[in-house]
Amino acid sequence: MNQQKLSAERLLVYIVLLVGGILMTLPLFWAIFTSFKTAAEAMQTPPSLFPNEWLIDNYKKLFVELNFGTYLRNTLVLVAFSFLGLFINMMAGYGFAKFKFKNKEKIFYLVLATMMIPGQATMIPNYLILNKMGLTNTMAGIILPGLAGAFTIFLFRQFMETIPDDLIEASRIDGAGNIRIFMQIVAPICKPIIAVQAILGFIHAWNSFLWPLIVANSEDLYTLGVGLSLLKGQNVSDFALQMTGSSVMIVPVIILFLFCQKYIVEGFTTSGLK
Amino acid sequence: MKIRFFSNRPYMIFILPALIILSVFSIFPIFVALGVSLTNMNLIGLLNWSQVQFVGFENYMDLLADKEFRQAFFNTIFYVVFGVPLVVVASLGVALLLDYGKNKFFTAARALFYMPSVTTSVAIAVVFGYLYNNHYGLFNYVLSLLDLPKVPWLTHPIIAKISLILMAAWKSIGFNMIIFLAALQGIPKDYYEAAEIDGAKKWQKLLYIKVPLLGFATFFVASTTLIGWFQFFEEPMIMTKGGPVGSTNSIALFIYDKGFKLSEFGYAAAGSFVLFLIILALTLIQFKLRKKDNGYN
Repeated sequence: MNQQKLSAERLLVYIVLLVGGILMTLPLFWAIFTSFKTAAEAMQTPPSLFPNEWLIDNYKKLFVELNFGTYLRNTLVLVAFSFLGLFINMMAGYGFAKFKFKNKEKIFYLVLATMMIPGQATMIPNYLILNKMGLTNTMAGIILPGLAGAFTIFLFRQFMETIPDDLIEASRIDGAGNIRIFMQIVAPICKPIIAVQAILGFIHAWNSFLWPLIVANSEDLYTLGVGLSLLKGQNVSDFALQMTGSSVMIVPVIILFLFCQKYIVEGFTTSGLK
Repeated sequence: MKIRFFSNRPYMIFILPALIILSVFSIFPIFVALGVSLTNMNLIGLLNWSQVQFVGFENYMDLLADKEFRQAFFNTIFYVVFGVPLVVVASLGVALLLDYGKNKFFTAARALFYMPSVTTSVAIAVVFGYLYNNHYGLFNYVLSLLDLPKVPWLTHPIIAKISLILMAAWKSIGFNMIIFLAALQGIPKDYYEAAEIDGAKKWQKLLYIKVPLLGFATFFVASTTLIGWFQFFEEPMIMTKGGPVGSTNSIALFIYDKGFKLSEFGYAAAGSFVLFLIILALTLIQFKLRKKDNGYN
């Protein structure tokens, strides 16, 4: 009796999770399937789940007729610089974890305090500051403000505090300089957290939208996100084309996520959020 | 000289780059926002700073009197009031279900629920714009199959707000569910065993062990979600442009429109400083409450 009740309950959990999981991912797959349809098929009723014929015309249109090749290149440049940002944050994390200096605590709290400052509150002043520097409508202007992040610095510091001081002292006695210790001793130990932060940094840079939208005036500097929002405005009723633009943004991240799921989830659960 | 500076302070090489960037683009801007908010800075002022005049608290007075800002403010409150509980309950529910077992099915289900949260709001907003479409959208088609009337997802003032909330909640379940799941899996097994010896039923374990011990995770999810909803931006910007008639406008979208569409930088800066103060207050309250909170660890 009890056994039977338990399995009924288990079955219910399976069904709810399965249906819920399908509902959660349906919009994503719907967008991907629609990207292979014609504009007419995307608007037909009753709607088709799979395209009648798998066409890649929408993708050709995006990259040949529209400027998505340029947007993709710009997005990849941002991704590359997000790795530089990762390096800067890692250095800062090391500085706070393994050196003793005056006012360290205070400076570190100041770094943490920047987490309270929302992007939407700094977008106006940052635009004015970059304008004064002559950096609006440049790639540098898009990249610079995002290079350092308090939360990433915090995670690196947490991780590096667990590295034994003896190890660093021993290298110092062997005559290694600070930079060399950092690059050859500390960095290899940090591989797991670097991997997680690199994945998250990639996703963040790939999805960048608001800041490039503000700083870039010319289409040459638009990212995929900006290009997609523009596409929606200009091709109001071509849903197939809109879904193609969305798929270009969604699919690479999903593939990356599926491969690195384990690391991302572990990264969150072990990063002191508990 | 330069070399001596760094050899006496080796840590500087490591922390200086990050400190400079954070100071210039995060701390300093808050003071700039405050300063600019007390001026009439606009496009003319941007080109020629000598044209900028000090106007005191005029921008703040205007904000208080501005119907559009008040509407954006109350819309944002609406998002917070309905969005936060929805996200907390939904992600907790999913986490409890996912905590039920440990086999491959549960790992796969976790991936499905987490997937939307790695994708970008921009693409999601474009996709949902299509799904919510009155004539061609999937949602109204499904309703028609069930013989239900069409829903004006994005064209009715209140339903449009709810539509945006549903979509943003759908996107944020994944991340928050992971936090709950981590907390659930961190509960020591002894607690359950002790309860079982005392003859506790499943629902009693849920109600008297799991839910109370999830206090911190719930608090974390609720407060980060609360702050997130106060910054609600991409979804209304792309799907409704704040419409119909301003009914989905948010504080962040208001600042963006005033600043970058109308180039009223002084006025927009006042709006952004108000947003900063709201978030700062919420964060400080959160810190205060967190100190009082003492979970099982």
